[in-house]
Amino acid sequence: MSTLLAVEKLDVRHGLLQAVRQVSFDVAEGETLALVGANGAGKTTLLRAIAGAHRPAGGRISFEGGDITSLAAHRRVKRGIALVPEGRRLFQNLTVEENLRVSSAARRSGSWTVDAVLEAFPLLRPLRHKRAASLSGGEQQATAIGRALMTNPRLLLLDEVSLGLAPVVVEGVYRSLAVLIQGGATIVLVEQDLARAMSVADRVVCMLEGRVVLEGPRGALTREQVTEAYFGLRRGATA
Amino acid sequence: MTWVSAVVHGILLGGVYALLATGLALMFGVMRIINLAHGSLALIGAYMAFLFTEHVHVSTYLALVPVLPGALIVGYLLQRTMLERSLRAGQLVPLLTTFGLLIVIANLLQYFFSPDVHSLDEGNIGTASWQVSSSLTIPWFDVLTLGVAVVLLGGLQLVLRFTQLGRELRATAEDADTAELVGINARAVYARATAIAVATAALAGVFYGMRSSFDPNAGANQLLYAFEAVVIGGIGSLWGTLGGGIALGVAQAVGGQINPEYFALSGHVVFLAVLVARTAMQARGFRLTLRGVG
Amino acid sequence: MNAIAADMSGTRVQRWTPLSVVFTGGLAGVVVLLAFAPLVLGENSQNNLIQLYFLVIMAMMWNALAGYGGLVSVGQQGFIGIGAYAAVFLSVQNSLNPYLSMLLATLIGGAVAIPVAAVVLWLRAGAFAIATWVVAEAFAILVSLDPNPAIGGGTGTSALLPFNIRYTPEQRLHYTYWASLGAVAVLLLLLFVLLRSRLGGSLQAIRDDEEAAASLGVRVLLGKGILFVVAGAGSAAAGTIILAWQLSVLPLGPDSIFGINWTAKMIFMVLVGGLGTFEGPIIGAVALYILQTYGPNGGVWYFVLLGGIAIAFALVLPQGIWGTIQERFNVQLLPVGYRLRNFTKGTT
Repeated sequence: MSTLLAVEKLDVRHGLLQAVRQVSFDVAEGETLALVGANGAGKTTLLRAIAGAHRPAGGRISFEGGDITSLAAHRRVKRGIALVPEGRRLFQNLTVEENLRVSSAARRSGSWTVDAVLEAFPLLRPLRHKRAASLSGGEQQATAIGRALMTNPRLLLLDEVSLGLAPVVVEGVYRSLAVLIQGGATIVLVEQDLARAMSVADRVVCMLEGRVVLEGPRGALTREQVTEAYFGLRRGATA
Repeated sequence: MTWVSAVVHGILLGGVYALLATGLALMFGVMRIINLAHGSLALIGAYMAFLFTEHVHVSTYLALVPVLPGALIVGYLLQRTMLERSLRAGQLVPLLTTFGLLIVIANLLQYFFSPDVHSLDEGNIGTASWQVSSSLTIPWFDVLTLGVAVVLLGGLQLVLRFTQLGRELRATAEDADTAELVGINARAVYARATAIAVATAALAGVFYGMRSSFDPNAGANQLLYAFEAVVIGGIGSLWGTLGGGIALGVAQAVGGQINPEYFALSGHVVFLAVLVARTAMQARGFRLTLRGVG
Repeated sequence: MNAIAADMSGTRVQRWTPLSVVFTGGLAGVVVLLAFAPLVLGENSQNNLIQLYFLVIMAMMWNALAGYGGLVSVGQQGFIGIGAYAAVFLSVQNSLNPYLSMLLATLIGGAVAIPVAAVVLWLRAGAFAIATWVVAEAFAILVSLDPNPAIGGGTGTSALLPFNIRYTPEQRLHYTYWASLGAVAVLLLLLFVLLRSRLGGSLQAIRDDEEAAASLGVRVLLGKGILFVVAGAGSAAAGTIILAWQLSVLPLGPDSIFGINWTAKMIFMVLVGGLGTFEGPIIGAVALYILQTYGPNGGVWYFVLLGGIAIAFALVLPQGIWGTIQERFNVQLLPVGYRLRNFTKGTT
């Protein structure tokens, strides 16, 4: 499998804070990478830097072999990177359908259309013309994922899709994700829920205070190892 | 019956304000920019129309053919060169840029056109009016102006609701950061918004020039009235701008009926009253959700 | 020890740096020196310096509102006009000493700011800006409609009489000079104290995140209210100085004491000097003063230059002269904020 995304020695500042320190990792095509870590570990900043919302202070990001480190966010969408932001960040005053259609500005070719999204997330069908502000958390999450899918991305970045949602709802979201993964999508998934993360991922990267502290294929890591790395308890050796 | 006349003229005056205010509302709604140079840009529209009709002897309305597209281009460039950079530096910096622009434009106009007054010819419709009753005469030109305002606002509303540009404008206005993340080129969207805003300013300027005479320093008051219309109508609402303009126009006309010197003051009083009332109503809801917070 | 703690060890919080001690002392010294100016400098220079002083006051007040309070007011000229007219009224109508009238007028300006604040402070940014402009216009119109002969209605009024029956023109010049220098010193000191106090911290918090500040118990409206009242009084003080300097004032028209031109100048000074810095407004006032005194004498090209410089700054140096210096060299001359020393990673 070829490398779709390569992050090399990335440094990203968030205000005064160094949020991402010398982070490097690759994502192969068709792979699902889980990015785990406690709050403030730098996961969201990293994802936003990959999507283009944050300018890195140092390092390199390559996508499909080309350097995109200084590329504007909307151009990265055109190249095929789509981010589902933390907290959904839907356009509250637009309807579900408008939220979906507004992102087609990137106009990439592919099979995702409004109808396709509504088929993948049938709960949205009756909500098509409802304002995003009036949706429940789960409905908003579905819309946000759909909005990213509308750009027909090659790389899907998901930031904390389970945040603030009831377990039942999270279940539904992850079922849809499983379908996407089965379809061969390349996904980087930020997730605080370790169990969930390790259930869908091919590889796991654990971050602590901006650095990568543990990395490896899902099968090679025990939950214990990941938990230790997560909290910074360096009792065992890193994998 | 003169009160009815005052109200009617106030409504028509509201059309003038709404026409000028549309561009202001657009720029503030989408980019949070208070464009102090808006009146000056409208004036440029009037002067350009004047230049055109001086050399090409056609009706003023035809002058809109070169003036409006020119204004679109000017607006686009203005955003891409000056306002975009100013916005990046902070919310307050466009205030300085547009203020600088206002001064530069007013004085350059004075240099090229002299401080003399000019006016545009409104054609046959200018003197025509509808004698409704012995005390109520409605000038057709004012009705036309109101009509143009309504059509403009309606058209913009349709664009906002049903076109991709409109969706992008609304999304970017709400959350430019996320808009970029879904593939919208926020800077291009802003440039288009400013282009439209300047074009509406030029349109308003031409109609203003037909309605009354103008000189390089005209429109300081008009700018304030336009801003008042936007705020009364509720920032972010296009139809609100029309409502605000009419409310202001009626307040001014009625006040002016009581005493001509109260014309502007009545508008200001109504403006402040509306704001106080709106804040009070919001505060009632606000207090329920935020108990005990100083 | 984890990474962040390692970075932070050896860090101290300090307020006064050696540089700021020197500078503050120097500034106080300059003020004292300037007090001797009427004894050595000519009439022209004193007139010019008075102009500089009221420009400094206006810039400081607008900066206090916009830079520290996040309140963009396009209506401070309302208070300038109130200051001038209140001073005229008290000295003409009530035959009070003109300088006493100026002091009282300053307080009146602050008092009027209270009900105005009650109306406008609740409004969000855009509405707030326009509302302050409207209030200023309303004041101007009310004054122009006032039938009282001391106010003079639309034709304006003059403080010539109250000054001339007490002082010679030379005395008026000297006393006005000292009054305006004094006003600058007092207002500078007042703002300095306010910003170093808890209010200053609250304002910084409000500027960063209003909701978060409120949830922590910061009295947001009270903080903004205090700023607004101080700015109202300060603007009124500037108005009284203008009155003492030019003696006659008009309520309406392009040269009106209530004119939007004053706000235009305030915006220019603050943004050229550096918004949100303490030193910036002073620098901006000096810049405008230099432009006014040594630039082309009025007319079209003076204004084109003014506007052009404003645009240039907005595009190239949006943080203003001092803001840019402060960022680049990490300097602070007047110890208003807090500084982190020896913070190895990142910047303060």
